[in-house]
Amino acid sequence: MVKITYFDHEGTGRDVDANVGESVMEAAVRNNIPGIDADCGGACACATCHVYVDEAFLDKTGTKEAMEESMLDFADGVQENSRLSCQISVSAELEGLKVTTPESQH
Amino acid sequence: MSTDQTTVIIGAGQAGGQAAASLRLMGFEGAIHLVGDESAPPYQRPPLSKAYLKGLMERERLFLKPLQYYQDNNITFHAGVSATSIDRHAKTVALSDGTSLSYTKLIIATGSRPRALPLPGADLGNVFDLRTLDDIDVLKPQMQEGRRLLIIGAGYIGLEAAAVASELGLQVTVLEMADRVLARVTSPVMSEFYQTLHETHGVTIRTGVSLSKLTGEGQVSAGELKDGEVIPCDLVLVGIGILPNEEIAAEAGVACANGILVDRDAVTNDPDIYAIGDCAHRPLVHYGRDGRLESVHNAIEQGKIAAAHICGKPRPAEDVPWFWSDQYDVKLQIAGLSQGYTDYAVRGDPTTGSFAVFYFRDGALISVDAVNAAPEFLTAKRLIAAGASVSPDEVTDISVSMKDIMAKALAK
Repeated sequence: MVKITYFDHEGTGRDVDANVGESVMEAAVRNNIPGIDADCGGACACATCHVYVDEAFLDKTGTKEAMEESMLDFADGVQENSRLSCQISVSAELEGLKVTTPESQH
Repeated sequence: MSTDQTTVIIGAGQAGGQAAASLRLMGFEGAIHLVGDESAPPYQRPPLSKAYLKGLMERERLFLKPLQYYQDNNITFHAGVSATSIDRHAKTVALSDGTSLSYTKLIIATGSRPRALPLPGADLGNVFDLRTLDDIDVLKPQMQEGRRLLIIGAGYIGLEAAAVASELGLQVTVLEMADRVLARVTSPVMSEFYQTLHETHGVTIRTGVSLSKLTGEGQVSAGELKDGEVIPCDLVLVGIGILPNEEIAAEAGVACANGILVDRDAVTNDPDIYAIGDCAHRPLVHYGRDGRLESVHNAIEQGKIAAAHICGKPRPAEDVPWFWSDQYDVKLQIAGLSQGYTDYAVRGDPTTGSFAVFYFRDGALISVDAVNAAPEFLTAKRLIAAGASVSPDEVTDISVSMKDIMAKALAK
């Protein structure tokens, strides 16, 4: 189990126990986290699981592939630390990960 | 909201599951019954013909919510039970287990079923549909390297299965009645791209051919064409379209015409009955007409819309319809509906594996097929939603970025 905290755009945090190997999106959907709809179920096709990753964890969440990069390029409110949470795989390294959902997804 | 209300949802697919979850998120405090004829709780269907068929995804990972979710949220999930009839006067639904449920609001989310192959031999062993988790669980062990797979129908489902099967080392032949693959849903340039893609991966595509029967002793061993040609095979997959499960509504006097007719709030001609997902025939607000959509986007959107109406909340946004298909390493994203296009323009070079086809009707942009081209897909969704337009000349000029094309079109 890896602890992840999801903050909404108003700053309210919700803690989730994620399983190693699932995606940060899947852990959110399993636990009913608002603001992460993930309509396509993780196919990197819809950009409805956009999150901002806490700077301290950016290196540990891996690199963006070309498809994610270009999906994010057109997402609302994109920042340097934007990721699609379906493309971040949960590993032990991510213990304590903090992500925030953008206002446009609420 | 009072707690003496009961919403019964018949059908526990993506739409039914979404409606149940959205009702709770939106504050519905009454009882919720979710009735599903499969054993699994609501799950994602798209991976069935992709990652799950390939063995890359565990069964539980397909579930939209874990089983525990329904208990925790006081949603009664009736697994393996189907609704058999609706009594609109008594406001009850009869179930296949002999019981019945009373409702204040009823949501019909019965989905669709594969069109059956109307030919002799369709009931032989090793002839499969691709629709449910159970279908795939029976099929998957048969997908062994070296076996000969015959796929009937070159639609998205058939082609996605062909891609997985060829990657698993099967010898794959796809039969299509029309003169090109994906003929019903896309343009000749896309058909040509996909035919070439599959042929490059060793799949045999036969267009313009008619199957007359399947033959074999107990198990299928060949498909026979109208001209007498025999194509030996070990397995057959049928992917010739789906039909809406509207009968239970029609029998109860709910208006149907290629799906259950609903308004923008997903309400049928009975104010206490909603229909959502594949089985619903709905207004397509971006196109000024009605139609039935077979997609995840539609299931989720209408699930939210019905829940919002029941809870007295504003109607959630109606998005431009969208779809996707993964075959090999090619991601197709479709924005909008291309049916009825009068003109199209290609942005980029299909031989590079990344391009997009823009469809126009009388000068207005109505749809885009984007192949490994997310910017084109996302831009098109926004432009169609805004009713903004671009010209074929503008989109074919690859020296101008999609961001610039979008900014210019939205400023018009």
